[in-house]
Amino acid sequence: MTVPHVPLAANGTGLPRKMTRALPGDGTAPSAGRVTYERQYAALRWTRRVQTLFGVVLFGVLFAGSAYFGKFDPIALIEGAPRLGEYVQKTVPVLRWESLSKDFAFWFYGLPKWLDLLLETVLMAYLATLMGAGGALLLCFFGSRNLAPNEWSYHAARRASEFLRTIPDLVFALIFVFAFGLGPLAGILAIALHSMGANGKLFAEANENIDMKPVEGLRAMGATWVQTMRFAVIPQVLPNYASYVLWRLEINVRSAAIMGFVGAGGIGMELITAVRSLYYEDISAILILVVLTVTCIDIACGKLRHALIGRETLV
Amino acid sequence: MSGSRALPTEARIAALRLRAPRAFGLPLRERMWLGAAWGAFVLLTAYCFWRFDFSPVRLWTGLGDLGLIVGHMFPPSPGDQPAEIFLALLETIAMAFLGTLLAAIVAVPLAFLAAKNTFPFWLPRFAVRRFMDVLRGVDQLIWALIFVRAVGLGPLAGIMAIFISDTGTLSKLFSESIENIEKKQIEGVRAAGAGAIQTLRFGVFPQVSPMFLSSALYMFESNIRSATILGIVGAGGIGFQLSDRIRAHQWEEASFILIVILIAVACLDWASKNLRMRLIGAPS
Repeated sequence: MTVPHVPLAANGTGLPRKMTRALPGDGTAPSAGRVTYERQYAALRWTRRVQTLFGVVLFGVLFAGSAYFGKFDPIALIEGAPRLGEYVQKTVPVLRWESLSKDFAFWFYGLPKWLDLLLETVLMAYLATLMGAGGALLLCFFGSRNLAPNEWSYHAARRASEFLRTIPDLVFALIFVFAFGLGPLAGILAIALHSMGANGKLFAEANENIDMKPVEGLRAMGATWVQTMRFAVIPQVLPNYASYVLWRLEINVRSAAIMGFVGAGGIGMELITAVRSLYYEDISAILILVVLTVTCIDIACGKLRHALIGRETLV
Repeated sequence: MSGSRALPTEARIAALRLRAPRAFGLPLRERMWLGAAWGAFVLLTAYCFWRFDFSPVRLWTGLGDLGLIVGHMFPPSPGDQPAEIFLALLETIAMAFLGTLLAAIVAVPLAFLAAKNTFPFWLPRFAVRRFMDVLRGVDQLIWALIFVRAVGLGPLAGIMAIFISDTGTLSKLFSESIENIEKKQIEGVRAAGAGAIQTLRFGVFPQVSPMFLSSALYMFESNIRSATILGIVGAGGIGFQLSDRIRAHQWEEASFILIVILIAVACLDWASKNLRMRLIGAPS
């Protein structure tokens, strides 16, 4: 069988021409090695091409399906684009150099009320994080394979934390608003439940990575299950827990900021009112305040987390 | 081995205390600091409970009402139009897919502009990074609220919200993977005589594309979860159906939708996780 000689660089291998030219058998009859090489190369290319084709077809089907079910309409998008620009433009306030402080005062006219609501938002996140961490602490010892007192409680704790973290906190809030009334209480309980599920999983995973020798030691001394958890497990995992809780606080501040969309307290209520009533400049003012608050909390929590991690490696 | 281990004398204890004071408890100053921190913590928490009106009566009546609501949720029922719910679920998945896809496409060039090793100019890189921070800093639901105003109710607003906030996230993730690539491969391609574009294509791209795909898939997973709530502000998907049922107190249908969401999220998570592991494990 003869293999026709094809200059490699011309068929889209992408290999620089210099490298292919240097192959033996150029111009003369191809050597045995060259024949094997060409055959294997062709086979490889064939499978690759089939794979690529399969990928492209699959992607096309997914894309077409999504565009159909998502009612994706490029024309509506193109028509909406200028409206979006207009919208953003309207939220930008008039700021003149000669009356800058006055313009700012006009733009942030609601500052005292907004700052109070921002404080409420941060406090909601704080309390919810605390309650969520407490709940997760109860859940996590049952939910880690090495510590659970029995199989049954392990599965119950795992499923419970899975359920709690899959339901978005906003959905909990939507339901709680009916039970506990409008206001921050519903939002706090909703965020706390979601955090309990999310932290329950993380805490349990931290528990599964501990050194089991202290646990065995305490068990051998006749300590009860609670004593074992308190004196053998908690000292090992406390830095991890603290780091997860701080991280959760960052996330919860964001959540608390949108709880107001369903009437569950915080700055979100003010934001959704501004959007619905077309108070354009209020929208940008509140958004700036929210982004600033979230950024400050992120930086503070990040610093604390790094300090904790640093101490953990030193001890 | 001394058989007699007498109790340490007062002098010995004093000597030990001098040598290792911290073994006998924290010094007064540190103990005061610790006490102050605990005091502040307790005060802050108490203030929160007071401010948010956590009265036992309120909690008790609330829990009673919640019990009634949960009671009404069983048995879950699909209602008159089960097809509507499943179409809304498909709409949610489609929103997450299209939003992530658009974001990934836009994020690739942005990421190359934001990575130190592919874009050496300091000022524009800084600008691109801060721009991405702003996109990420505003919550997806807030973007959805704004887009509902701009392009109207429906899934398009949701797609745009996912697209905008994920452009920020994905370009950050992508630029980090670009900054972590192996230099040797690039040097090798350059040594073979490749130009700038060819270096990117054969030196950088094969290294980062599995990471890109895996990040995008991860965001797709996370977006399916977040897309379920975009409907609450009117941006389409199953969240619209859910909040509609809850607001109309149709609790059996609401619980049915919640179960559908739980199952769908679990299945898609599993599928996407498998795919991601294969991508990272065997980059082809």
